Amino acid sequence: MADASIIPAGITGIFDLLSPVAPGWGANLLRGLVRSLQIAFGAFGMGLIIGTFGAYGKLYGGPIVRDLAAIYTTLVRAVPELVMIILLYYAGTDLINRILEGLGYQRVDISGLVAGIVVLGFVQGAYATEVLRGAIKSIPQGEIEAARAYGMPPTLMMRRITLPAMLPHALPGLANLWLISTKDTALLAVVGFSELTLETRQAAGTTKAYMTFYLAAGALYLFITLFSSVILEWVEKRARRGMPSVKEAR
Amino acid sequence: MSNALGETEIEVPIETFPIHKEKDSSSQASKLPPHRIVLILIGLALVASAALFMRWDWLPQYGGLILQGLWRTIWILVVTVFLGFLLAVPLGLAQASGPAILAIPARAFCTVIRGTPLLVQLWLLYYGLGSLFPQYPWIRGSELWPYLRQAWPYAVLALTLSYAGYEGEVMRGAFAGVPKGQLESARAFGMPRFTIFRRIWLPQAIHRALPTLAGEAVLQLKSTPLVATITVVDLYSVASRVRQDTFLTYEPLLLLAAGYLVITGIIVMLFRRVERLIPSKLG
Repeated sequence: MADASIIPAGITGIFDLLSPVAPGWGANLLRGLVRSLQIAFGAFGMGLIIGTFGAYGKLYGGPIVRDLAAIYTTLVRAVPELVMIILLYYAGTDLINRILEGLGYQRVDISGLVAGIVVLGFVQGAYATEVLRGAIKSIPQGEIEAARAYGMPPTLMMRRITLPAMLPHALPGLANLWLISTKDTALLAVVGFSELTLETRQAAGTTKAYMTFYLAAGALYLFITLFSSVILEWVEKRARRGMPSVKEAR
Repeated sequence: MSNALGETEIEVPIETFPIHKEKDSSSQASKLPPHRIVLILIGLALVASAALFMRWDWLPQYGGLILQGLWRTIWILVVTVFLGFLLAVPLGLAQASGPAILAIPARAFCTVIRGTPLLVQLWLLYYGLGSLFPQYPWIRGSELWPYLRQAWPYAVLALTLSYAGYEGEVMRGAFAGVPKGQLESARAFGMPRFTIFRRIWLPQAIHRALPTLAGEAVLQLKSTPLVATITVVDLYSVASRVRQDTFLTYEPLLLLAAGYLVITGIIVMLFRRVERLIPSKLG
């Protein structure tokens, strides 16, 4: 009896709850989704920049740079992302403000978006370092030696030889990192940044329709994942054109 | 200078095969070059200054709670890795060589688990399922109800499913990677199918998956703090409680990070030891 009375009400209710117009919470979820994607893009981009420097440091840096890069990647990959986020989010902003006050400046209010991007980018950077290092190492070293023999300056060599040649090797790892980055944005809900997961939680808490909203959020995340893996597969195929397929080689 | 010159003049006898000696001296030199000693000293100085200048007087008061949280983190980790692995074996097997009716659901399960954040899965189970259950009187009346009202079954369920999803994909590759000849020769010996699976297929697949299993176990450890968001008192939530009680920002978090580092190190060491137990001349 109880089921019969609940289910029809639930089904008509779902579309009202998820509709993007005012009484529904669809607009909130979509806003959260956009914020999640902004952070994921930002963090992934920052991770790529850190990763490029980290990989170069690990491969070509002096002994101290190499050790520091190793400490960075080991620490960040061993400590849970949630702990890193809390540590960098609270302690990081506190530290910046203390330094600013010490130097005689005013306290700044760091926006959640920037803090989220920096924190996740820092974590992503450690993984990207390892991915890019492996990719650079899998370039035939003769290509780099030839470039050096031509007298190319390092930045030109990086732009013309190393980065294009390593891209096909790096793409599977980077694709994985992008997927991790989209999912890690959910962790920012714990520090109160209103991205998709926190918006969902608020919508669910207000309407008490927990199942509906969490399933909807799950579907949105799944959609991002599937959509990006289609695109990433296409990009990878394009970058690897003319090279033997990995699957056939196995 | 003269001393150094004098030392070089005491000629080292020419060795035709200096392999061993050079290997020894070079490995010893690479272990502790001067810059690394300096780095270690800086690290020790940082730890010492943290121990001296930061506030640690709350430690004895929360010692018991910290141990309890540590125990619960490790307990959840071990239980979910074990249960998740048990689930991952059929998931991988179904995807590697099962009929479509099993392979497609297994594949869909892995895709959904790997495509959504663990936090959403956890909250879906805890808040979603947790809000559905009380509506049914027969569930409220059942023996399981006292457990379903607590948070940890949902935490264990979510983490188990998550591990199974990721590991199912790994096991699929591992099962598919076992050389066909091994299975064919087992069949030629007249082994029953389950014996082939138990004696040949599964051990070789596990051996192939072992390095990845270690990595996944570390990843699983790194996702355990999420259970703190559904009121399970693990190591992470003890640290946040200390932060709330004492208004300290850095100390509990640094200790927490150090704790996770140590557990990660132990996991990596354990798996390395297991890997060493297995003779590695397979396939």
